[in-house]
Amino acid sequence: MKAEARQGWLFVSPWVIGFVLLTAGPMLYSLYLSFTSASLLSVPQWIGGENYRRMASDPLFYRSLANTAVYAGMGVPTGLLLALGLALLLNAPVRGIGFFRALFFLPSVTNTVALSLLWLWLLNPEFGLLNTALRAVGIEGPLWLQSEAWAKPALVLMSLWTVGGQAVIFLAALQGVPRELGEAAAIDGAGAVRRFFAVTLPMISPALLFNLIMGLVGALQVFTQAFVMTGGVQPGSEGGPNQATLFIVLYIYKKAFQEFDMGYASALAWALFVLIVGCSALAFRLARERVHYEGGQP
Amino acid sequence: MSVPPRSSAGAVARISLTYLALVALGALFSVPVAWMLSSSLHELAAVFAQPYRWLPSPLHWENYVRAVTLLPVGRFLVNTIVITVPVMAATLVSSALVAYGFARFRFPGRDALFALCLATMMLPGQVTMIPLYLLFARLGWVDTYLPLIVPSLFGSPFYIFLLRQFFLTIPGDSEEAALIDGASRLRIWWSVVLPQARPAVATVLIFTFIGTWNDFFGPLLYLNSPEKATLTLGLNLMKTQVLGSGVVEWNVLMAASLLVLLPNVVLFFVAQRQFIRGISMGAGK
Repeated sequence: MKAEARQGWLFVSPWVIGFVLLTAGPMLYSLYLSFTSASLLSVPQWIGGENYRRMASDPLFYRSLANTAVYAGMGVPTGLLLALGLALLLNAPVRGIGFFRALFFLPSVTNTVALSLLWLWLLNPEFGLLNTALRAVGIEGPLWLQSEAWAKPALVLMSLWTVGGQAVIFLAALQGVPRELGEAAAIDGAGAVRRFFAVTLPMISPALLFNLIMGLVGALQVFTQAFVMTGGVQPGSEGGPNQATLFIVLYIYKKAFQEFDMGYASALAWALFVLIVGCSALAFRLARERVHYEGGQP
Repeated sequence: MSVPPRSSAGAVARISLTYLALVALGALFSVPVAWMLSSSLHELAAVFAQPYRWLPSPLHWENYVRAVTLLPVGRFLVNTIVITVPVMAATLVSSALVAYGFARFRFPGRDALFALCLATMMLPGQVTMIPLYLLFARLGWVDTYLPLIVPSLFGSPFYIFLLRQFFLTIPGDSEEAALIDGASRLRIWWSVVLPQARPAVATVLIFTFIGTWNDFFGPLLYLNSPEKATLTLGLNLMKTQVLGSGVVEWNVLMAASLLVLLPNVVLFFVAQRQFIRGISMGAGK
C-alpha cells in the first residue's frame, strides 16, 4: 500500500514539479512584482499599492478594458449562436455531410498569423474582397481596421469564421441526445421549435456552458489578431486607430515587453486574472440551475 | 397508401432546404480561402485590378518562389521542426506518465491534486508570463529555444486529463499479469499501457503539433534574432517587411500564408477523427 502511494507520487511528480516551478511560484512572484517598480534589469523596489492606484487613473487601462468588453460582448454571443446553428445543420442525416463538417471546421485548426494576414487583405478598404462585394451591391464599405468604429466589428467578423471548433462540440452533444426523447415529444404534439427548446437545448446545456466559458476566456485574452493586424510597421504602433483595438493582453504585452514596465504590467495581468476568474465563476453560477447533466451532477 | 404523400414531399423539401443552407454557408466559409489562393497566383497588378478576375492566367507560381526567398524560410522551417519535435515527444511522455499516476495508483491527496491540475487548465497564461520571462532571462535562455521546449517536460493539464480518461477505459488485466511476471510499473506503462492507448496518443501528438507549429506568442517573446524565428514568427516578420515597402505585394503574402497553413490542412485531412475526438473530449469533462 505504501509502495503504491510512493510510486503514484513518482509518476505524477513531473506535473507537481512543473506546477511549483512554472505555475504556483511564478504566480506568487508576479503578485509580488505587482507591488514593485520592477523593470527588466533593475532590482524590484517595493512601492506598495502604487501600481494599482496608477491603474485606477490610467485612461488606457480603461480603454483596453472597454475594448475587450465590447469585443467579447459582440463576439461571444454571436459566435455561440452561429456555432449552434451550424451544428444543428451539420447534424442533419444527409449524404455528404462529412464533407461539410470538414469544411466548416477547417478554419479553426489553422494559424492565427496566416489567418490575420488573409483577413487584413480581405478587409482592405479599397481592394479587399469584402468591400469589393459590398460595392457590387451599391454599398461603400467602411474602412474596417483603419476606422475607430469598425475595427472591433472587423475582428469579430474574423472570429466568426473560426467557430467550427465550437460547432464540433455542439455537434457531439447533439449526437448524444437520444432520438426517442424528440420522438416522444413529437407524439405529444410538440412542434419542432418547442422540441428544440424543451428537449434538445436542455440536453446540450453542458456543451453550451463549456462553449460559453471557453469563448469568454478566449475573447478576454485576444491578442494575436490585434497585434498582427492593427500594428503598423513600427513596433509599438499596435492598437489600431485611436487605440480602438488595444485589448487588455495587448496592453500588458506592450507595457511588459516594449516598455519593460514589469511591475505595472504584473498589476495589469492580475487585474485580467481576477476578471477572467470572476467572469467564469459568474457564468458557472448563473448556469448551475439551468444546466442539465445526464444522470445527475458529474 | 403505405407512405403518406404529404410527409414524403415534406421530407424532400426539408432535405433540399438543408442542402441549400449547407451549400450557401459552405460557399461563404470557403470564399476567403478561394480568394487567398487566387490572389497568391496573380501578378501584382492583377491583385489590385477592378473588377477583380478570379482566375489568374497564366498562373504566377513565381510568387511562391518569392515567398520562400524573401526571407530565409528554409531556416525558419528547420527552426520550427527543431522546436516542434522535442515538444511533441516531451509533452507526450511527461503527460502520459502523470496521467498513468492519476489513473492507476491510490495515494492520499490524489483527487485533490488532480482537481488542481484540471483547475490550472483555466489559468490565463498572462499572469505567469512576466515572472517566467524574468526567470528565463536570468538563466540566459532568452533568444534560445529552451523557454519554448523545457516547460513541455512537466506535462500539460489538458493532455494529462485526456490520457487519464483513456487509461481508465483500459481494463487492468494485462497490467496485473505483467506485474505478477515481475515487470516494473514503468515498463508496464511503456510496453503494456501506451500501446493500448494509441488513439489517445495520436490525439495528443496531433494537438501538440498544431499548438507548437502555430504558436506565435512564445516565439514572439523569446526569439529576438530574425534567423532564429519559427515559420509563424517569420510570417509576421515578412508582413512587416512587405507592408513597409511601397506597393504591398499581397500576392506574395498570400502565397507565404498558404505555405504556413499547408501542414495544418494536410494533417487535418489525414487525422480528422483524432481532431474531433480531442475537441469533444475537452468538452465532455
